[in-house]
Amino acid sequence: MKIHEYQARDLLSDAGVPVPPSSVVETVEEAVAAFKKINSTVVVKAQVFAGGRGKAGFVKLCKTADEVKDAAQFMLTNRMVSNQTGAEGIAVKKLLIADAVDIESEYYVAVVLDRAKRAPVVMVSREGGVEIEVVAEKNPDAIVKKWLDPHLGLMNFQTAQLVEALGFTDKQQAKDAAKVIRGLVKVFLDNDCSLAEINPLVRTTDGKVLAIDAKMNFDDSALFRHPNLNEMHDKSEENPAELRAKEHDLTYIALDGNIGCLVNGAGLAMATMDIIKLHGGDPANFLDVGGSVTKDGAIEAFKIILADDKVKGILVNIFGGIAKCDTIAEALIAAAREIGFKVPVVVRLEGTNVDRARELLAEANIDVLVPADDLTDAAKKVCAQVA
Amino acid sequence: MSILVDRNTKVICQGITGQAGAFHTTQCIEYGAKFVGGTSPGKGGTKSEHGLPVFNTVAEAVSTTGADVSMVFVPPPFAADAAMEAADAGIRLVVVITEGIPALDMVKARKYLDDRGVLMIGPNCPGVITPGECKIGIMPGYIHTPPKGGNKNVGIISRSGTLTYEAVWQCSSRGISQTTCVGIGGDPVKGLNFIELLSMFEEDDDTHGMIMIGEIGGTDEENAADFVKANIKKPVAGFIAGRTAPPGKRMGHAGAIISGGEGTADGKIDAMKAAGISVAESPAQIGEAIAALI
Repeated sequence: MKIHEYQARDLLSDAGVPVPPSSVVETVEEAVAAFKKINSTVVVKAQVFAGGRGKAGFVKLCKTADEVKDAAQFMLTNRMVSNQTGAEGIAVKKLLIADAVDIESEYYVAVVLDRAKRAPVVMVSREGGVEIEVVAEKNPDAIVKKWLDPHLGLMNFQTAQLVEALGFTDKQQAKDAAKVIRGLVKVFLDNDCSLAEINPLVRTTDGKVLAIDAKMNFDDSALFRHPNLNEMHDKSEENPAELRAKEHDLTYIALDGNIGCLVNGAGLAMATMDIIKLHGGDPANFLDVGGSVTKDGAIEAFKIILADDKVKGILVNIFGGIAKCDTIAEALIAAAREIGFKVPVVVRLEGTNVDRARELLAEANIDVLVPADDLTDAAKKVCAQVA
Repeated sequence: MSILVDRNTKVICQGITGQAGAFHTTQCIEYGAKFVGGTSPGKGGTKSEHGLPVFNTVAEAVSTTGADVSMVFVPPPFAADAAMEAADAGIRLVVVITEGIPALDMVKARKYLDDRGVLMIGPNCPGVITPGECKIGIMPGYIHTPPKGGNKNVGIISRSGTLTYEAVWQCSSRGISQTTCVGIGGDPVKGLNFIELLSMFEEDDDTHGMIMIGEIGGTDEENAADFVKANIKKPVAGFIAGRTAPPGKRMGHAGAIISGGEGTADGKIDAMKAAGISVAESPAQIGEAIAALI
């Protein structure tokens, strides 16, 4: 799960990380009022998950109330289109109005889960303000990493090493930078983050150390113990079909193609997309019904796939383990009766209760149904059907 | 021969009275695995539906039954603690089936197990099976083929459940038997990984080749490829799922995500090919790929 910049800023601030004064607003009037309260040059930033805000004109520096009014008006009435949003863009509902500080230098500080080392790692760099992937590629030595002990967490000597790597020599600034690092680690551990990033952390011309922009991702598996994060969850930024699937314990991800997929297991679901592509087709979605899928769950899965107008054919690929082939067959038959399939459905079943499933499907005699012998046969048939 | 588990392995199920734990314990026993008991806090002293003794703690279960392996069917909030409890009680191998355990819980549990020399399979995995001898997990037993001598036995290591069944099925239908199949799980932080298992199979005289099935996310396959190049003499075939997966999206498994340009299928396939691993283009050709090598 992701949260907005202003929410990340609140979490940091609560953990003792210094941030510039700011307000979150939803109207032009509120934006102007926030500007007057801050009473200096501000930066107006659209609160959306997608990146590329600056280039799209959705981050603006404003010196006067009129400039704030224009910027807010523009951002709240136009959809933001960037290389991360798709052509239709996204609507902006909230703006962050923040004191625009005079920046002397920019830094990068982040905590991420290092999968290979199986521990969170704190990464700092003097090259802030740019994407860390770019720094990692061009100048990897500019990134200094310290791994947290899984049981002991961040140690004082590590904080000192990281502050030194950032190059803070002034006593007060070094103290503030240490506060930033400790605060960020606290936010990461207390909230089960998978990423907590401050970019840039800045030193202002008057010597303050402040977090300007922050990004956080959270471990979905840990949300059960963080009711505060669940409240922050902005469902309006998520795909409605994906949310609907989640409510039924299905994992669905919308894609651009025209072949709907219904599969059990995440790996097999990915492999099914891959084999469709290999035979010249284009998957419309990823859909894992999971192991403990019920008939109702599978019916819902068919409904979600069929709600996508792009879908011209469906591939059902089930290798029954805990999930039973006959459950899927029953769901397919029920879906055919309830909603009807207007597109061909290629079915490949193997594993638990496959014979019973084949009998059921043969009895039901669904005209759009195309049985397949194996995975390759299934992929070829569905690609031929939509071609 | 086999790796990790065999007909003499004594297994307990943590969470034996839960619906999933009870059901799959039955399936494992029917396959022939030697289950000796289970745990369920508060139900110690009773018998499970399988007629096995139920204990409150793993420590009691181990001291009474001599169990050396545990299968964990404990709900996500408590599963990491269950794995640590098993390690503390003297269990040698903990197989964690549970899906949805917080990653930071696994960071702590893995360290705790490492410090005590205890092995873990999973979490979020189908488990481990030595065909014909011992099944600990949720895989359909009947698709597997036990080795009957000969020189066509493979070991299988996979991050995905159903894709493993697919590979096993393709092997079995080509007359290729399996010594042991290990589902290492789809989570970002886990127990045994490709490298450790590849070296166990390399040491196992009855295993003639290995299949490694990976997917997008992380760098485990790249690291394994380097290891194969330097240390593995037996033939290795493989497959990587997720060539068509979009970046930044979690593809069902918590660990299956391309982030910051890391973890792409193409990067993994290239690394594996460079290490001499035969990578199947299609998930339907995994059996063919290993058949050509052994």
